[in-house]
Amino acid sequence: MGRYVIRRLLQMIPVFFGATLLIFLMVNVMGDPIAGLCGDRQCDPATAAQLRKEFGLDKPVWQQYVTYMANVFTGDFGTAFNGQEVTELMATAFPVTIRLTIVAIFFEIVIGITFGVVTGLRRGRPVDTGVLLGTLVVISVPIFVTGLLLQLLLGVEWGWISPSVSPEAPFDELIVPGLVLASVSLAYVTRLTRTSIAENRRADYVRTAVAKGLPRRRVVTRHLLRNSLIPVVTFIGTDIGALMGGAIVTERIFNIHGVGFQLYQGILRQNTQTVVGFVTVLVLVFLVANLLVDLLYAVLDPRIRYA
Amino acid sequence: MRGATHARWAACAAAVALVATACGDDGNDGGGGSGGSDGSGIVSSSWGDPQNPLEPANTNEVQGGKVLDMLFRGLKRYDAKTGQANDMLAEKIETSDSTNFTVTVKSGWTFSNGEAVTAKSFVDAWNYGASLKNNQKNAYFFGYIDGYDKVHPEDGSKQTADTLSGLKVTGENTFTVKLNQKFSTFPDTLGYSAFSPLPTAFFDDHAAWLDKPVGNGPYTVDSYAKGSVMKMRAWDAYPGTDKAQNGGVDLKVYTDNNTAYTDLMAGNLDLVDDVPASQLKNAPSDLGDRYINTPAGIIQTLAFPFYDKAWDKPGMEKVRTGLSRAIDREQITETIFQKTRTPATDWTSPVLGEDGGYKEGLCGDACEYDPAAAKKLIEEGGGLPGGQVKISYNADTGSHKEWVDAVCNSVNNALDNDKACVGNPVGTFADFRNQITQLKMSGPFRAGWQMDYPLIQNFLQPLYYTNASSNDGKWTNAEFDKLVNEANAETDQAKAVGLFQQAEEVLRDDMGAIPLWYQNGSAGYSEQVSDVALNQFSVPVYNEIKVS
Repeated sequence: MGRYVIRRLLQMIPVFFGATLLIFLMVNVMGDPIAGLCGDRQCDPATAAQLRKEFGLDKPVWQQYVTYMANVFTGDFGTAFNGQEVTELMATAFPVTIRLTIVAIFFEIVIGITFGVVTGLRRGRPVDTGVLLGTLVVISVPIFVTGLLLQLLLGVEWGWISPSVSPEAPFDELIVPGLVLASVSLAYVTRLTRTSIAENRRADYVRTAVAKGLPRRRVVTRHLLRNSLIPVVTFIGTDIGALMGGAIVTERIFNIHGVGFQLYQGILRQNTQTVVGFVTVLVLVFLVANLLVDLLYAVLDPRIRYA
Repeated sequence: MRGATHARWAACAAAVALVATACGDDGNDGGGGSGGSDGSGIVSSSWGDPQNPLEPANTNEVQGGKVLDMLFRGLKRYDAKTGQANDMLAEKIETSDSTNFTVTVKSGWTFSNGEAVTAKSFVDAWNYGASLKNNQKNAYFFGYIDGYDKVHPEDGSKQTADTLSGLKVTGENTFTVKLNQKFSTFPDTLGYSAFSPLPTAFFDDHAAWLDKPVGNGPYTVDSYAKGSVMKMRAWDAYPGTDKAQNGGVDLKVYTDNNTAYTDLMAGNLDLVDDVPASQLKNAPSDLGDRYINTPAGIIQTLAFPFYDKAWDKPGMEKVRTGLSRAIDREQITETIFQKTRTPATDWTSPVLGEDGGYKEGLCGDACEYDPAAAKKLIEEGGGLPGGQVKISYNADTGSHKEWVDAVCNSVNNALDNDKACVGNPVGTFADFRNQITQLKMSGPFRAGWQMDYPLIQNFLQPLYYTNASSNDGKWTNAEFDKLVNEANAETDQAKAVGLFQQAEEVLRDDMGAIPLWYQNGSAGYSEQVSDVALNQFSVPVYNEIKVS
């Protein structure tokens, strides 16, 4: 187990460098960001040159990358064009997005798995068909449609919630945005759980457990669900990273100043420091989440062992 | 047993949802004016994240400009209705030769930290703004002042002086300005925020000042959470006559102006000063007379790459004029912009007024839609270079795609050719600007101009004078340059305006850029506030807003 974790951690290093280098190159390919800083007029050449020097943009790309990575390891993620430290931007954006992700994952687990178990145990019944239809609708409707509709209905028409989230973004204001963000994944979690449960229901160990006379609840939670969760956990684990980085649409709709908003702003302004900094952290989140998922397998199914 | 499990799940979920909505309602005190009609109510207003640090000489876009307008008062201030440059902190500005100016600053003004505003506050601020080492993006505003080439060498070589030789403090409240060329309307440019005075605190602890700027305007900064909200409060001891009529303004950053508009509809926000394009159609019915649609000093044009031989050869002026005539401005402004744009008939803006240099119809036939004439002109001029024009624009903001497609459609119809004109989207604004500054444009491209100060000079010189700072198309014409120089040297305002208009005619005859339309400022406000207006820079006049 310990050796497995170490081996996995070592594998992260090339992935980390590869991913950051790619992002760095991609942002750089877009050209000189200073050009966009002066609005619809040209920056005067002397000031532009001075700014380029300050942000290190006058050096070759490989050199910029090396300096950047060296700085990252000392905790310095550079400065955004508006004069703010990128670390400062992260300190304000990440907590908000993490809260949003927690809400979304919570809904995925609670609603998704519940629906999955219910429908998996009653295949073909009206409940099953109903939920299947419902998930189909959720999957096929784009997230911005759901978001805008809920915002309009709950926020403007009925006045149940505030249509926009305040800068502090406390948990209670993030319920609806979190639900919107989770909606599509939630539908997938439901379907994955359903299939998995339905399949395992006929497994020998379930029959044995029933034959032993165990209470139905224990059969379902301890034997059936636990073994059926492996694909679901894989999905939710990778979804953590996807939700954090992919919250752009939801964050824009509900005025959430999180990672998605900062990334969007960074890309529009071609701010290499912001984009690379945020993506670097997101890559780390992805890697760690994946590692945790792999380790969870062993917990769920004791037959899985790591050398 | 089984039922019990499910019931528990459902109960939990329901409880969470109930608690959540209840809390949501409690927390809903951010918007809406409060405090009654005694002038202490707070206005909440939408805001965009400023692109640059908030310093007077470093702020060149509307969002940062808004804050500076609340925080600072300069020597002059532009009347919100007429655009006239009136004395604010200036007691008088005198000159006898349009080159040497003596400025007297009114006494009795202070910054909100108690420091007096003196001649030195201005001179220090201007020297700071002009100096290359401070990277100020508006440094070129000081380019007319003598000694600018020493503190801001154009080629980026080492600067040989730290202060402008043309600025001299001559007394507690007086200083002199020596320009490096005749510029009769120079005093009228001093209302621009780049010319604001700065307190010593700015120079002593720059970082602290940026976190919480201190100025001499009707508002002070109460708190500033970068990227999310800036709370401005009325400054009780403000010495000016334009005191804030409200208790303060909360500027809230919105990720999307559609959300701001939704918040206005839901009663969580008092003022949206940029109605999203998608809502323009609904705004008049949603808001009634709380919808503002007034002209602003902004014009949209199509510029040409004159550095490209294909666009600069003789006869091409006919093709350019032909293109101009092929555009149905009337229809596009009506259907796409819902009348928040007005078809342009000259290269300035109606906000200048007739005395200020706006001349309706100066463009004449060349801006009138006539498909037959357009086709004929383009044929006479030798046809479109390569048989097709590509109009470049940035696709990331605004609704540029829609109108570019409409313009192309109009051109294609006029020329009976489906492929005569196509849009050429560029991903980001930065990349778009990049291609422009590197002279990589191969066809006409979107150009917009928001005035810095309401002068005809500001609509012509920076855009069309040879090698001027915003002459993106690199159009050049000796006659035009000569007329602009003469106009700048002319001390009689009316004569100066006449000369500028002659220069504009030169621009028309060569069709150096196609004027498209004048842009309006559009805003909407809630029932809680009144006396809302936009000035000519399409910025709300915040200090006049009353909260009921």
